[in-house]
Amino acid sequence: MTDTLVPFEDVLKDFDPALGLEVHVELNTATKMFCGCPNEFGAEPNSQVCPTCLGLPGAMPVVNGKAVESAIRIGLALNCTIAEWCRFARKNYFYPDMPKNFQTSQYDEPIAFDGYLDVEVEGETFRIEIERAHMEEDTGKTTHIGGATGRIHGADHSLVDYNRAGIPLIEIVTKPITGTGAKAPLVARAYVAALRELILALGVSDARMEQGSMRCDVNLSLAPKPSSGEPGETKLGTRTETKNVNSLRSVERAVRFEMSRHAGVLLSGAKILQETRHFHEDTGTTSAGREKSDAEDYRYFPEPDLVPIAPAREWVEELRGTLPEPPSERRARLQGEWGFSDLEMRDAAAAGALSLIEETVAAGAAPQAARKWWLSELARRANDTGVELTDVGVTPAQVAEVQKLVEAGTVNDKLARQVFEGLYAGEGSPAEIVAARGLAVVSDEGALSAAVDNAIAANPDVADKIRDGKVAAAGALIGAVMKEMRGQADAGRVRELILEKLA
Amino acid sequence: MSWIEKTAAELADALAAGETTSVELTQAHLDRIGAVDGDVHAFLHVDTEGALAQAQASDERRTAGAAKHALDGVPIAVKDVLTTTGLPTTCGSKILEGWIPPYDATVVARLKAAGLPILGKTNMDEFAMGSSTEHSAYGPTRNPWDLDRIPGGSGGGSAAAVAAFEAPLALGTDTGGSIRQPGAVTGTVGVKPTYGSVSRYGLVALANSLDQVGPVTRTVLDSALLHELIGGHDPLDSTSTTTPVTGLVEAARQGATGDLSGLKVGVIKELAGDGWQAGVMQRFQESVDLLTKLGADVVEVSAPNFVHAMAAYYLILPAEASSNLAKFDAMRYGLRVTPDGDPSAEDVMKATRDAGFGDEVKRRIILGTYALSSGYYDAYYGQAQKIRTLIIEDFNRAYADVDVLVSPTAPTTAFKLGEKLDDPIAMYLNDLATIPANLAGVPGISVPAGLAPEDGLPVGFQILAPILEDARVYRVGAALESALVQQWGGPLVAPEVRK
Repeated sequence: MTDTLVPFEDVLKDFDPALGLEVHVELNTATKMFCGCPNEFGAEPNSQVCPTCLGLPGAMPVVNGKAVESAIRIGLALNCTIAEWCRFARKNYFYPDMPKNFQTSQYDEPIAFDGYLDVEVEGETFRIEIERAHMEEDTGKTTHIGGATGRIHGADHSLVDYNRAGIPLIEIVTKPITGTGAKAPLVARAYVAALRELILALGVSDARMEQGSMRCDVNLSLAPKPSSGEPGETKLGTRTETKNVNSLRSVERAVRFEMSRHAGVLLSGAKILQETRHFHEDTGTTSAGREKSDAEDYRYFPEPDLVPIAPAREWVEELRGTLPEPPSERRARLQGEWGFSDLEMRDAAAAGALSLIEETVAAGAAPQAARKWWLSELARRANDTGVELTDVGVTPAQVAEVQKLVEAGTVNDKLARQVFEGLYAGEGSPAEIVAARGLAVVSDEGALSAAVDNAIAANPDVADKIRDGKVAAAGALIGAVMKEMRGQADAGRVRELILEKLA
Repeated sequence: MSWIEKTAAELADALAAGETTSVELTQAHLDRIGAVDGDVHAFLHVDTEGALAQAQASDERRTAGAAKHALDGVPIAVKDVLTTTGLPTTCGSKILEGWIPPYDATVVARLKAAGLPILGKTNMDEFAMGSSTEHSAYGPTRNPWDLDRIPGGSGGGSAAAVAAFEAPLALGTDTGGSIRQPGAVTGTVGVKPTYGSVSRYGLVALANSLDQVGPVTRTVLDSALLHELIGGHDPLDSTSTTTPVTGLVEAARQGATGDLSGLKVGVIKELAGDGWQAGVMQRFQESVDLLTKLGADVVEVSAPNFVHAMAAYYLILPAEASSNLAKFDAMRYGLRVTPDGDPSAEDVMKATRDAGFGDEVKRRIILGTYALSSGYYDAYYGQAQKIRTLIIEDFNRAYADVDVLVSPTAPTTAFKLGEKLDDPIAMYLNDLATIPANLAGVPGISVPAGLAPEDGLPVGFQILAPILEDARVYRVGAALESALVQQWGGPLVAPEVRK
């Protein structure tokens, strides 16, 4: 079945979008949510399990205090109220990767609720209201073997890895986000980016979307625009929930696609089916998952094996004292320190590069130089390889080292890019790569002087122009010299030599 | 008198005095199991080799002067709902047939650490759902007082094993009376400790908010010895209390002196009347009179909400159980039934659960699933929790005036096998007097109060105390026990196994 899509620009003529974002964050606690098994990514399947996280008969959960602490800190950073008393609840449903066939979660008594996070999109600030942040455990991970799609249908068999079962999760749920209009895709992306920045600053998770330690479900609905002059609230339309959208870019694309798809369905006179959707990275489209009604019955009830959690107010205040600077204040401070323009700052924030620039500056680079590398060369690389900037394979300290080499005249910008190529390939430190690849700028005046002489001799017309005072023409000769030197020359010094010789 | 007829305390003394060895005692009980368990069927698994090896190790420790506990070397039976490394744990269900847990329940670990040889695992109603042990998927246990009668449930196996001298001690679990009611109908002693005072880690949950592990013995003192051994905080059980479990043996010894002066006893008005067997009420009243004679001040107290306890219990229990039992899905352990054709995971789950669960289990899964369903939650589970609060308040009001509350443990003596199997409500009514203690978390004991005149079968006397005041039930229980045994000229002994 193909969907009739309405061009994005046209969607807004007839409809107002409403967003709802559910973000799951895996906490980086040393152990799992309810047992002492290590919380590590990538271990041998089913090697990090015990009676409790396998749900063996008789085993019981014990709450990880560090996870509660992280949950409270996230709640506080999102300006939430922290519950004085709350409980875990069982969410009952059957699935092979659910060891107990219920997930220990929180239901009507979340640890944190009623908060907000401000995000900025193209100079406009949107206040995203947070409904709740609650604690729960992750499920195991099922891999379907055989069949074309990797999905359960058509698979020969399925493998279940329970290492992930019981890893602590915080689920952060927004209230419906309305009034974003055409900016809905950007607002969704900016919210997830800001949330990720906050989580990283809190140090409670590595928040790697591509590894699934931060996962986003995107709810979207369209409501018809109220006819002009008609006051009052618009009723929300039927929503779809696009599951596990695993990059910032995909969040934006998923919203954009679903808006076009919903509009197509609605304008054809059909109804939106309330269902989950799968997002396809390759095509930027979604496809139908399972039907999901609001009445889906998880038969929640308070987990009788756990005692209620009543965080002491003094503790909560103590944790408040450990919060990082709020993102907006931090941005203002960094902009002041770095002397960036508003536009430069916005671009850096949108790229999720603030912390990276900050660390690069801390490692000794000038702010503008740090910005330049992260937002040009490294951003291009991230985009080409489809990873987040943090996972591009180069550390802030390495960027600072490359910049030092540039400033020392050891390499120029063009050679620096080759140093980055070496870093992507894991060829060692920047200095080692320069040595191994023979990238250093030639500082032998004799060789350089000879190359300049050759260039002048080969381009007599250009040389005459320069002699006549048209200094701008020097570029052509510089290019010729650089070509002969295979780029390994300091362009500034070449220019000086040309002008000296033709004075 | 042979070793098997001695109490655990006597066996401990004999071991300490070097009059016997753990191997001798353990072998004597294994022989007894061999002789009578074909009739009684108290055990689902007997671990002859393991028990003798543990006994041997105990004897070596004792020879070296390194006994770990007063009960080191005294054998014990364990209800099959508690996990045991290397020993099957079936919970009386086909769905767990063949499952050998990779870990010990905390209480089992404590038994092992103290050096008690484990004789085997005792029969029970499937997943502890029942009052007769007839719901075991492996066949019923029979009452040593009359092999045509039920031994109570769900812990009929533990109670019958102790009553038939197959074990001096046993562990049971009590969710609505599963230790106390079998104790009553087999003429043995059973204690449900304060909720949270004995670890539930490794107890395959029936209803987590009601379950409690406790001792099953022939004397009050033996229960106190075992209770102190298994009790106390466990970091693996979040609901376990940090209050040390001590003073129980001392309370039992003090009570046995027979002086109850200064004690205020409340007789629960609501736990009598229509449906209560005359002989049960007669023996109960005689015991109450005996308490008065021992110096207690006896008054009648009312607990008006106890009449709703049964209804609340049969909502809370199935709700929790329906969720607990969801894990039995053939994916990781236990039975797996694979239907013909090309079954999905869901098909396998369905077929396995259909074949692996008995009717009573299915009944309660359906009840609990319904009670938790959206739209019914408030009317059922929510209301039940409110009744639970009212029952706690009834207890609190009563305990403001009296030190302990008493009632018959069960409304009738042991009924015939099959008599109530087709009438769930009649079966459920057996637990009328025991359920309120589970809903409120308070401790309770059942001690033998004699034989009902009309049928010659044992009657149980229940004593309840406030939360964490377990010592009181031992003091009063021991006082009543010693006065009664003196009257009878010896303890009650089941006739069917006196062959």
